[in-house]
Amino acid sequence: MSQFAINIMFVGGSFLLYIAIAIWAKAGSTSDFYVAGGGVHPITNGAAIGADWMSAASFISMAGLIAAGGYANSTFLMGWTGGYVLLAMLLAPYLRKFGKFTVPEFIGDRFYSKNARLVAVICLIVASVTYVIGQMAGAGVAFSRFLEVDSTVGLMIAAVVVFIYAVMGGMKGITYTQVAQYCVLIIAYTIPAVFISLQLTGNPLPPLGLFSTHVDSGMPILDKLNQVITDLGFNEYTADIDNKLNMVLFTLSLMIGTAGLPHVIIRFFTVPKVADARWSAGWALVFIALLYLTAPAVASMARLNLMTTIYPDGTAAEPIQYDERPNWIKEWEVTGLIQFTDKNEDGRIQLYNDSEAFAPTAEARGWNGNELVVNRDILVLANPEIANLPGWVIGLIAAGGLAAALSTAAGLLLAISSAVSHDLIKGSINPAITEKGELLAARISMAVAIVVATWLGANPPGFAAQVVALAFGIAAASLFPALMMGIFSKRVNNKGAIAGMLTGLAFTLVYIFVYKGWLFIPGTANLPDTPENWVLGISPLSIGAVGAIVNFAVAFIVSNATEEPPVEIQELVESVRYPRGAGQATDH
Amino acid sequence: MSAGHSYDAEAYWKANLRLIFGSLIVWALVSYGFAILLRPMLAGIPIGGTDLGFWFAQQGSILTFIALIFHYAWRMNKIDEKFGVHEE
Repeated sequence: MSQFAINIMFVGGSFLLYIAIAIWAKAGSTSDFYVAGGGVHPITNGAAIGADWMSAASFISMAGLIAAGGYANSTFLMGWTGGYVLLAMLLAPYLRKFGKFTVPEFIGDRFYSKNARLVAVICLIVASVTYVIGQMAGAGVAFSRFLEVDSTVGLMIAAVVVFIYAVMGGMKGITYTQVAQYCVLIIAYTIPAVFISLQLTGNPLPPLGLFSTHVDSGMPILDKLNQVITDLGFNEYTADIDNKLNMVLFTLSLMIGTAGLPHVIIRFFTVPKVADARWSAGWALVFIALLYLTAPAVASMARLNLMTTIYPDGTAAEPIQYDERPNWIKEWEVTGLIQFTDKNEDGRIQLYNDSEAFAPTAEARGWNGNELVVNRDILVLANPEIANLPGWVIGLIAAGGLAAALSTAAGLLLAISSAVSHDLIKGSINPAITEKGELLAARISMAVAIVVATWLGANPPGFAAQVVALAFGIAAASLFPALMMGIFSKRVNNKGAIAGMLTGLAFTLVYIFVYKGWLFIPGTANLPDTPENWVLGISPLSIGAVGAIVNFAVAFIVSNATEEPPVEIQELVESVRYPRGAGQATDH
Repeated sequence: MSAGHSYDAEAYWKANLRLIFGSLIVWALVSYGFAILLRPMLAGIPIGGTDLGFWFAQQGSILTFIALIFHYAWRMNKIDEKFGVHEE
């Protein structure tokens, strides 16, 4: 069977499974549509959160980022898992006790203000829409590489599948497809990793293999990697870094942002009890950790594999001839994600770091510049091919990448559509709407959201690469502090909360726009986006944590200067703190 | 929920805050501490080609986070019962 047929089989099979689940889990009420009826088991919900959370960025891009940055990019590993500690202790149980359908609804009720709810809706929509673009674009890339269709056509196919199960089943359909998608993506991610860990270290567990001995050289694998890449002018993989303030703030921004992302928070509304919300967070992190503990091993092993492919006789010898390059390089060259230019015209592939420090060595060896540019996003997708794994593993990776992108897209689309139908339509425009009418409105909002996301995925705006910073910055600087203060303080009032959210948000956006361009329009940046220009060395990607601090400070100052919240609001805060009487999530 | 509850609401909330505070100290220590700021101090402890700080950055902090959440869930569910605020 050809590789193409195998890929079709795996991807088509997984899609049929998702559609079958959608038909089985049709939503009959708004409670089904928004919170899957509120009866999801905590372990089931944990797996669904795993798929909801682990996006194309986690599945496809993260190992590539770590491979490129080494120790410095451990921030993604800690930042994208540490947020669950905050969720489990500071937000999820109390919001579950509150027992409503959406995140803006809590902010609106707790701060007794339609404007607060509206600010929360806007933050939610901007954060979620920017995030969903990346998922749709990721699905398009996976399609174009593995199914040999145009990426726009691939995107359409993906959109139709999401449309079927998200519009029909709402949260109920999404929950059970996410569980299936989690299984697909985790199997797809770990199987190649186990093979590679066995090949390189003889240890079948990648997280242990990462600290084991490299079979070919007899050195610890990280030592071997350090040696190979420093020979070629790259920085040491495990080297410590100087700018610790930025590393701390970036990690903190990712953690707070993770805890403040509405599409993750609403998954905690689907379990029956407050205690289940706590367990759910633990299970979610177990399921997430299976991938996150494997990713750093994939990163270092794939990087070493790539280097030994190009320099089979060691870094002191000459690299391989371009004509003798392995097949996977040829296939990825077609997509443009690997590019070769024979700068010194010797027919060989010189892959090294074009730095000033390395220039004398390069010149002495007759090298005329780095000749191979490898897009770091292909690392995970090309991993099975680099390690010469059988064809079915490649088919599995294709299905896994799509599962990661689609499960996150569906969760985001639900967060967007419930904000529109529940917070905007029922909450503001037409409070008298019947349940049937609201359910229809929810389905229509979902359909519109999918069409918009697909269009944006097919025509990604120039700022697509920056969206992660934006989504996390917004969630960290606006939503997380408002939610936390709403639970942990009885004193913060409507004026304080709104002032806090707006200043936190404005502060964060201005800092990002100053370096990245206003609304990301090229050429409008006020300062070059380089470490020398950052205030105290804080990158625009790390500013969300500072924005959160600004939000907290402004909210407390304004609240203390103005009147206390009414008694019934203080009683509401009391009631979310005590688990008894949570019942099912409702909208009254 | 405001008036006439039979449990000691204030003591329950304080117990929760204490548990959260302790957990977050450990949370910060393993990630911001061992993995980032204190890494140079742990550089002398070798682990498979690198040092303990690197291990905490790429493995240890995540494992600790899992333990923290399960510990919190387990302890809080006990505290809920002790104060009689657990759900039936």
